[in-house]
Order: sequence, then C-alpha cells, then structure tokens
Amino acid sequence: MLETKDKNLSKLAKKSVDPAAQEILKHAEAEGISTVWDRFKAMQPQCGFGLSGLCCRICHMGPCRISPFADGPQRGICGADADLMVTRNLTRQIAVGTSAHGDHARSVAHALILAAEGKGGYQIADEVKLHKLASEWGIKTDGRKKEEIAKEIGHLALEEFGKQEGTLRFINRVPKKRREIWEKYGLIPRAIDLEVSQTLNRTTIGVDNDYKNLIFAGIRTALANGWGGSMIATELQDIIFGRPRPIRSQVNLGVLKEDEVNVLVHGHEPVLSAMLVKASRDPEILAKAKASGAGGINLAGICCTANEIMMRYGIPIAGNYLHQELALITGAVEAMIVDVQCVIPSLTDLANCFHTEIITTSPKGKSIGSVYIEFHEENALQIAKEILMRAIKNYPNRQRNKVDIPKEKMDLVGGFSTEEVFTFLGGKYRATYRPLNDAIINGRLRGVAAIVGCNNPHFPQDYGHLEMAKALLKNDVLVVETGCSAIACAKYGMLKPEAAYEYAGRGLREICEAVGIPPILHLGACVDISRILTACVEVIKEGGLGVDFSDLPVAGAAPEWMSEKAITIAHYVIGTGIYTVLGGPLSILGSKNVTNFLCNEIEELLGGKFAFEPDPVKGAELMINHINKKRAALKLRPMMYQ
Amino acid sequence: MKKKAIVADIERCMACKTCEIMCAVAHSNSKELFSSMLEDQPPEKRISVEKAENFTVPLQCRHCEDAPCVSICPTKAMIKLGPGQAVILEKEKCIGCKMCILVCPFGVIKLDREGKAIIKCDLCIERLKEGKLPACVSSCPTKTLEFKEIEEFTKNVKEKALEKIISAFQDRKKK
Repeated sequence: MLETKDKNLSKLAKKSVDPAAQEILKHAEAEGISTVWDRFKAMQPQCGFGLSGLCCRICHMGPCRISPFADGPQRGICGADADLMVTRNLTRQIAVGTSAHGDHARSVAHALILAAEGKGGYQIADEVKLHKLASEWGIKTDGRKKEEIAKEIGHLALEEFGKQEGTLRFINRVPKKRREIWEKYGLIPRAIDLEVSQTLNRTTIGVDNDYKNLIFAGIRTALANGWGGSMIATELQDIIFGRPRPIRSQVNLGVLKEDEVNVLVHGHEPVLSAMLVKASRDPEILAKAKASGAGGINLAGICCTANEIMMRYGIPIAGNYLHQELALITGAVEAMIVDVQCVIPSLTDLANCFHTEIITTSPKGKSIGSVYIEFHEENALQIAKEILMRAIKNYPNRQRNKVDIPKEKMDLVGGFSTEEVFTFLGGKYRATYRPLNDAIINGRLRGVAAIVGCNNPHFPQDYGHLEMAKALLKNDVLVVETGCSAIACAKYGMLKPEAAYEYAGRGLREICEAVGIPPILHLGACVDISRILTACVEVIKEGGLGVDFSDLPVAGAAPEWMSEKAITIAHYVIGTGIYTVLGGPLSILGSKNVTNFLCNEIEELLGGKFAFEPDPVKGAELMINHINKKRAALKLRPMMYQ
Repeated sequence: MKKKAIVADIERCMACKTCEIMCAVAHSNSKELFSSMLEDQPPEKRISVEKAENFTVPLQCRHCEDAPCVSICPTKAMIKLGPGQAVILEKEKCIGCKMCILVCPFGVIKLDREGKAIIKCDLCIERLKEGKLPACVSSCPTKTLEFKEIEEFTKNVKEKALEKIISAFQDRKKK
C-alpha cells in the first residue's frame, strides 16, 4: 500500500538510493547482520487495522476493532464509531509529539539558566538575540547584565510549560488574521504541558466523543509545539550556542576516519552534543587521543543533533535516521553517544558485533546493553570529557579486519536562519525580506516549499526527499529543509551553491547565482521547523503577499515521515494555514469522515489541509498546483520564465 | 455429514494475523492465549498470512483429495482420513524425512522451531469433534476465512458470476 512503485529501482535501491548505504547493506548481508530493512521485511504484511487506525486499546472493555466491511462490528464496545476511534488514536500521537519537543525545550531552558549562573560550561553566545527576545517578552534590559536577563528569560520560558493561566508568549508573533482564526475555533494554545495533558484526558474513555472537537484539541496541542516547545528550543539554543550562520561541512559515512577515534553523537539535544564539540577540541583530550595511537578525535553526528552541531560548529554529519545502524556496521566507531528520540533499540545488539560502545546519557532514555553515563547540565563539560576518554580507551580495540568505511562524502553549506537566510537576498547591509518578496511577486521565484521529516523503510531511503526537491527546484520553487530531509539532500550535493546549476529552474538559478546560496536552504534540526514559521511571519510583515500564512505561495511536505513528532509538526503546519503533503497516510483511512475532514473540509476553516501522496514527484506537483493557486489569488505576475 | 473446507476471500484480509495466533493457541497444551505463551514449548502456527502484490493471503494446508504428501510418505505417517476429510500426520510414525515438505504444492508443511518434527494444519479435528469451527475461522475478525461446504462456496461464486454476466448483457442491450 505504501511502497514507492518505481520499477526502475534495483532491489538494493528500493532499500536506499544512497550508494554508501548500499555498500554497507551488502556487507551486512554477507556477515548475517540484521538491519531495520530485514525486520521490516519480516513484519510484512502489516496489520490493516493498525494502518487504518481502526484498532483501539484505550480501555479494558476492549481491545476493539472496527470492521472496514459492513457486515462486521461498526462500533467499539463503548459505542465509538470509526470516526472517533481513528481521531482518539491520532490526537494521542499529536500529544506525544508535542511532549517530545517540549521536553527538549525544557532542557534548553535549564541550560540557559545555568549559562546565566556560569555553570556547566554553557555561555550566552548571542547577545543580540537575547536582547531581542527580552524586549519581545517585556523584560527590562537597561543597565542589566546579560546573565540577569538570560536568567529571567530562562524562568519565563519554564513557565510556558506549566502556567495554569494565559496563552503562550510566542502567540504575539502570529499575524492578526491568523490569531482571529485561532480565536474563532478555540485554537490559541495555553501552556505546553497543559495542552498535552488535557488532550490525553479528552481521549480517554467517555470524554470527548465529538471527533471534530477532538481534532481541534489535537491541532491546538500541535500549535503548542510549533509556536511553543519547538520555538522555545530554537530561540534559546540560539542564545546559548549562537545563531547559526552559513557554514561549510561534509556529510555521509565517508566522514568517518580510518586513523582517528570516531565518536558519533546521535539524538536531539545540543545541550549534550555542543559540549562534546567543546570537549573534543580540548588540548588535553586531543593529547590523550594521540597517545592512544590515533591521529585525533573525529566527532560526527547522526539525526537532528548532528544538524545542531553542523549548523553552529561545522561538525560533519555521518547520516540521517536510517544511517544509525549502518554507521555502526562500518566497524570504525569507538563510541556512539545518544540522548533522546529516534535512537532505535536495535543499536546495542548491533554494537555487540563490534568493539563499539553505545553510551546512553539520559535518565529518560536508557538501553539494556549500553554503557550509562548520566548527563547533567550542571557538569556538562566534565561529563563530555569523561565520555570522550572512554571512546579513546576503546580505540585500540577496533578490529581492523571488520572495518568497512564507504568512501562517499559530500560537501554542503548549511546554517541558515530566519534572521540571516533571506536577508542574504538583500545583501549584508540591506538586511530585509524585500528581495525575497519581490522575487516571488515578479515571478522569478514561484514560491517556497519546506521538505522535512524522517526516513522510513516503507520508502527507499532518501528517494522521496530527493525526487520531491528536484521537481520543486526545476519549477523555480525555493526549498527549505530541516532534519533528516536536509541530510538526505545534502548527501547528493544538493546543498552546495553549485547545485543551482544542475537542479534549479532559470529564475531560481539567477537568484542563487547572484547571492551565492544553495537552492536548498538547511534551516536546522526538526525543532527548527519553527524557523520556517518565523520566516513566514517576516514575509507577511514585509508585505505584498497577503496578510496570513494561508495567503502565501508556500507548501510543506514530509515525504518519508515516520515519527509521532512528524504527526504533530504536520498538524501545527496545517493549523498555521499551510498546505502539507505527507508521503505515507496518517492512520485515519479507516474513517471516511476524518480523512475528508483533514484532507478537504478543514481548508475552509483553517486555510491548511493534508494530501497523502506516496509518489514524491506527484507530491511536488500537488505543492506546485497549490502554490500556483495562491499566486493566482494574490494576482501575482506570471512566472518570468515559463 | 457434508464435507466442508476452509475458504478465504482474500479481498477482505486485513493482515492482522489473528488467525496465526489463534492457530498456535489451538495447538498448545492449555488452549488458552495467555497460558500458552508461558508453556515450555511455545505453540506454533500452522497458517501464515502472506503478502503478494497488493493482496494479503492466509495460507494453510488445502487437505488435497489426492495429496502428494500422503502418496510420498514412506512410513504412512501422513494419512487422509477419508474423502473430503483432513490430511493429518501421525507423529509417532514420522521419521522426519521431509519428503512431504518437498512435494507440497503450496509450501504449507514445515519443520517445527527446533527442526525436528513436521507440522501442518490438521483442520482442527479436535475442535471439530467438539462442534467448534477451526480456530483460524472462528477468530477471523473480517470473515475472510470461512468453513464452508464446497457446494455452498461454488453456489456463491456462481451467483456472483451470473450477476456479472447479466449486467454485461444488459449493458450491451442498452447500447
């Protein structure tokens, strides 16, 4: 049902189109090492009740399943019909996604307070952003030290999770028209934890039995992520670690080194990974690495934490979500240090085939068979050094006959942000969104599309991201990416400025040439999708492209999504009024009403809606059609080069 | 007694694999879901849900009338209980030569988890004696699997075929 039906792909390419992944998969097969793709195959066929959302395990009168055929049960024991059953399941997933990014943001707020207190090795790297946020939140700055201001911001940020009254502070960033829409449908998010816990209550047996009412609760909970948890994480991370600026780096398994201590950091929170960067540059640690016979320490990342440290320090990226097992199978990794989210349970067993140590660091995310070194923000740098020492000690244990490092690595430019990305279009001394808006108004640029999200063995790894990006670029759509999507396109050289010559349509190419930017802009980790929201706000403020998100010639997509976080993100994006294409469908197809509501009717109410399209090229066509529709409604000029 | 067979309407299969679980339970010592999971020798399924193109198909022994597994068995361990009845394996006679596995045209005879004994669907003969349906049939939530008389099955197929013929005929007449 979900697989990409591209007949031209080889058997191996149907698993991953990345040659580095293919090399390691051949190696794994020869050695009898099982990977996510083997387990995926063993799981076929997958249960249709689960896929369609028609399975409910919420109360113990059940479990219940609703039959997709008229001659079977059409209601659960409690009386829930298909509409309610799929919606309860969906809203629970949204609440989980919001809690994931919220928890991430909470750690960052703690780290900011520590930075203010001079503890843990954290600093306040971006005073400009600190002052900007202070004035936005009404914090007095005159005559105060940056530490005092940071401390107050940190505490106010923590209040955003648990306050029992009022709405989220970042709602003030939302344009007036959108706020009115949210007010009308009761969508203005209150405290982050409050939204999560109330939504969970509403999905328990016998509370919210109106599926549309429950979907709106889900969307409000999702907005508490986009305009809450994720945005707090992005803003405070920028203050502590510095706002990303365009930076060169490299990506793919070829960044691992034969003659250095390879340390991978995998997970999501830069409060850990940024400290590992700092520790890996410590002269004492480097001397220890040399003493162990290695040429040095080679730190590289997997998943979003990789994006965080690539964007700020240029640390290379070893790969995206489905590269986590493959990186270990190279046999060249001394330690993989993990925190939370997307760290799959198979890693510890896999590491047992090699000398590799999996080092878990979070009391929230332990793994049987791992080495556990608890990370505390208070002693961050010290712990980071301890972890690196362990990796260095493990270097002599590397079994050279088991090492297979693919040669593939690619240059990339990343590190764009709301503050810097589009102002490039105006040049350093004319920092303004005007040139971007003008380019769209004049028809040089058709619009902007965001491609985000994960890898998923339902699809060939990276294929969806690549093919969708190619189709959009060709049609003069500027592409912005985050997370595993950005890593996917980076691996194939699409994040190099010269990629404009190969992939961009004429209008987009002219812009990339004039400014020297890649046709795909890497905006960071998955929490940094909040940067896309704030960039849209700036475009609206600049004028000429409407007064609301739903007026803009923009669209979003997650062609290979798999995580509950992606479900939440998808809902805050449509809740913000932006059309979104998902590769695999949400588990709602068991209800015609809910599917129709989220894929059609909701556009009338909120301006955004979903489309489910497994073919990435067709998905890109849907996005382009949507962008064209918005261009026509704004009466923009015809495209310059058609 | 009229002879019945397990038939599958593959358009209805949701791949939930309840049939697989309940088959294993029916062949456990306790015959009960949670206790069977704790048995020293966890029970094994005799049916499997397979994927082919866009369909999922529950597959098990067809209890062939002229069964190759029965013909080839050198110790007469594999026997047909009678016309229209089950093909079953008498364990004590089986020497584990695996010839039945080699000749089965559906690939539904297999070795057990330890690779020592042959196992296959026995049409739940014990359950049938108690007046129950085969476990896969009674547990199927979408009625993909049914235990039907062959005449009843063919009658339904004929009715569906006739509907198609008649509507095609009427369409042509309209033109």
